[in-house]
Amino acid sequence: MPEDLNWAVGGEAGDGIDSTGKIFAQALSRAGRHVFTSKDFASRIRGGYTAYKVRTSVDRVESVVDRLDILIALTERTVDENLDELHEDSIIIYDGERTMMKDFEAPGETTGLDVPLKALAEDAGGAIMRNIVALGAACAVTGFNIEYLDESLEKRFGDKGEAIVENNKKAARLGAEYVEEEFDLTTPYDLETTDNDYVLLNGDEAIGMGAIAGGCRFYAGYPITPATDVMEYMKGRVENYGGVVVQAEDELSAINMALGAARAGARSMTATSGPGIDLMTETFGLIATSETPLVICNVMRSGPSTGMPTKQEQGDLNAMLYGGHGEVPRFVLAPTTIAECFHKTVEAFNLAEKYQLPVYLTADLSLAVTEQTFEPDEFDMDAVEIDRGKVVDEDNIDEWTNEKGQFKPHALTDDGISPRSFPGTTDGAHMSTGLEHDELGRRTEDTEMRVKQVEKRDRKVETAREREDFDYREFGNEDADTLVISWGSNEGPMLEAIDFLEEDDIDVRFLSVPYIFPRPDLSEEIEAADETIVVECNATGQFADLVEHDALSRVKRINKYNGVRFNADELAEDIKAELGETTEVEA
Amino acid sequence: MSSDIRFTDFKSDKQPTWCPGCGDFGTMNGMMKALANTGNDPDNTFVVAGIGCSGKIGTYMHSYALHGVHGRALPVGTGVKMANPDLEVMVAGGDGDGYSIGAGHFVHAVRRNVDMTYVVMDNRIYGLTKGQFSPTSREDFETSTSPDGTHQQPVNPLALALAAGGTFIAQSFSSDSQRHAEIVQEAIEHDGFGFVNVYSPCVTFNDVDTYDYFRDAIVDVGDEDFDHDPSDYDAAKDLILDRDKEYQGVIYQDDSSVGFEEREGVTEPMTDIPDGAPDDAMDLVREFY
Ligand SMILES: Cc1ncc(C[n+]2csc(CCOP(=O)(O)OP(=O)(O)O)c2C)c(N)n1
Ligand code: SF4
Repeated sequence: MPEDLNWAVGGEAGDGIDSTGKIFAQALSRAGRHVFTSKDFASRIRGGYTAYKVRTSVDRVESVVDRLDILIALTERTVDENLDELHEDSIIIYDGERTMMKDFEAPGETTGLDVPLKALAEDAGGAIMRNIVALGAACAVTGFNIEYLDESLEKRFGDKGEAIVENNKKAARLGAEYVEEEFDLTTPYDLETTDNDYVLLNGDEAIGMGAIAGGCRFYAGYPITPATDVMEYMKGRVENYGGVVVQAEDELSAINMALGAARAGARSMTATSGPGIDLMTETFGLIATSETPLVICNVMRSGPSTGMPTKQEQGDLNAMLYGGHGEVPRFVLAPTTIAECFHKTVEAFNLAEKYQLPVYLTADLSLAVTEQTFEPDEFDMDAVEIDRGKVVDEDNIDEWTNEKGQFKPHALTDDGISPRSFPGTTDGAHMSTGLEHDELGRRTEDTEMRVKQVEKRDRKVETAREREDFDYREFGNEDADTLVISWGSNEGPMLEAIDFLEEDDIDVRFLSVPYIFPRPDLSEEIEAADETIVVECNATGQFADLVEHDALSRVKRINKYNGVRFNADELAEDIKAELGETTEVEA
Repeated sequence: MSSDIRFTDFKSDKQPTWCPGCGDFGTMNGMMKALANTGNDPDNTFVVAGIGCSGKIGTYMHSYALHGVHGRALPVGTGVKMANPDLEVMVAGGDGDGYSIGAGHFVHAVRRNVDMTYVVMDNRIYGLTKGQFSPTSREDFETSTSPDGTHQQPVNPLALALAAGGTFIAQSFSSDSQRHAEIVQEAIEHDGFGFVNVYSPCVTFNDVDTYDYFRDAIVDVGDEDFDHDPSDYDAAKDLILDRDKEYQGVIYQDDSSVGFEEREGVTEPMTDIPDGAPDDAMDLVREFY
């Protein structure tokens, strides 16, 4: 029996693929199984192939694999798209009465189960529930207790009233009964359940949750895939804590609103994706020069320009590191797991306020839209600490005023960090500007002051390096000759790739780096290894460039930029190829 | 807020570098008077300024202030006010800043109706970049970038504001200092977005829209014999669309307006947050069961 089950529902956009997948994923999570989902969606609202894949196991799952066990196919194309992943034990659930599936024949050794999804749904109260019938059928095929499905139907439709919930439960049962009665099936699938209570969420949601927990009270944004979920999550929740979400007229406005709120003393954030980052770059320099703490979340998608809006890429590193005219320090944090999206968001706010600079928090599309199960206490709210940095009040503001009693928001300090006075603070009134300024914040072109202010701002980076732990996460065999480094969502597939490689007696040491700037110095690790391979989802190897630069050493690169995330077996093969290990060609 | 605040308390000790005679001196003095008269003090006031000669105003005033990037002052002001509704927020900039590069933000700020005051120093020219035409320049106006006339119609900022659902639309003239200060004061006192277009002549680059021109052209809608009712939308519309005259005073005011921050339920400054996650934060996690 396979240890994990790979399940998918696919059809046309508008077929309710997303909610179908989500309901099943939630049921599995409620049943104490780990879940990892992935979405394949086109950038259109109706029409176009979309699929929702769920991988589930009693152990933690971190990535997708290219094997599909159960497929609910609402269109022929769903089968075509996934042909490579089907195997002899695969089961395809379809509705032979559906026009698109009329002449369907299950390919190869796979089993096709023709279930009259629509007709059964109508029996239960409405054709719209045909997806739920299919879910019931899938439960029967996998020996999965249908009561868990009930729970997630209650969660999904509870607001719509008891009758709707009951109809859906009935639809699921009709699907299950049909399979049990009509087919003489013996499948190798038998989904074990546990008593664990997991939570199931995606990276965008984790970022939104981290923002609220981390004290963010002001959010301004302009909708863009795949960052919109952050805004939608916060809207309706942050208000409970006295905050607000403003949908701005564009990204220029969004970031300026966020800047205004930050200057007014709120923890403030905006989130966007590539094209929005370009627009925000104008104000980015102002944020940095005026030393305003702000978190700018960039949920990366495939670029350049509008590129492939619903596809994976990690191509914006250079834009975040170097974007904008002139030179200003900024931090770039890149969580590597969904749980880390939460923690790094909290950290991003602390770093922004402690060092009074803009912090880019970046997740790639795969991390943002993928859902995964976690133990609830991986989001330990008690461990959240909020550090607002050097904020002055009426009592100590005197220490930071000049002989005329004027407050010095850009005071030259040894650690590069100046005091902050929130508007409303008596005697704290001061000017902030994008112009080069003196300690009072007033415009200056004095050459000495210019140099001092530039150095003061840069000094914050050194201070942060001394005070913070810009570390990496380590996996695999510490003594291995091969070192693999990655950032962002590649951690998941890489963790499983390590297992695949071990099966072939290949040991690797794997470092997953959540800090792009400031970042850990990896020179020693690279020196200790025979080979270093940097894995990332872009064409040019932007992170690999940084690693080479830091370590003064050449690294090998594995780059993927077709819009699809790495999967574990593929990554293992790529690493073998880089190491010159030839893979046996299958006969 | 203390009652002994004088308008000079809003003055910084920086000497303005505006050309002698620039209309912006009068505009700024009126703003400071209006702020003091409405019981504000520098520590509860936030001035956001654009880029341009006009945008330097934040430097010459004393308050919490931000001098931002060109055209984006209104969104900054919106953020400030939403994050701390206790602050008096005043946004100031030029006609280029507000109606050209920032025109989009202008329309949306008006429509959102955040409780702040927006003062535009309209000199119908780009001052800081040394004399190119601006969006309010006349159609036949000759400048360094329009040697044979602009060939572009001027925008009508008041009409834009009215069309966008403005709740307080006014115009003033910087050298009529008494009236100008009064009008800004009314804008501050208005609950919602108070918009004042101020004729603020550029003595260096604009020899058409001069003090003399405005002095002759201006009609005060507040004059008794003029008899204008600012709550009368149609009357306001007629005045605004009449481009043959220059009107000063409160042209339109909707007293029933409620600021965006209030409609969004923002009542407290967002400055005070707990040292850790909110007490019930685990509920946020449990939602994902
Ligand atoms: C993005 C950007 N584009 C152009 C400029 C150059 N610039 C500075 S001020 C200005 C025009 C200012 O005109 P206005 O707003 O009417 O103000 P005035 O100087 O007349 O008071 C321009 C185009 C700039 N600072 N930023
Ligand atoms: S150039 Fe014109 S607008 Fe600028 S300071 Fe001189 S007079 Fe005023």
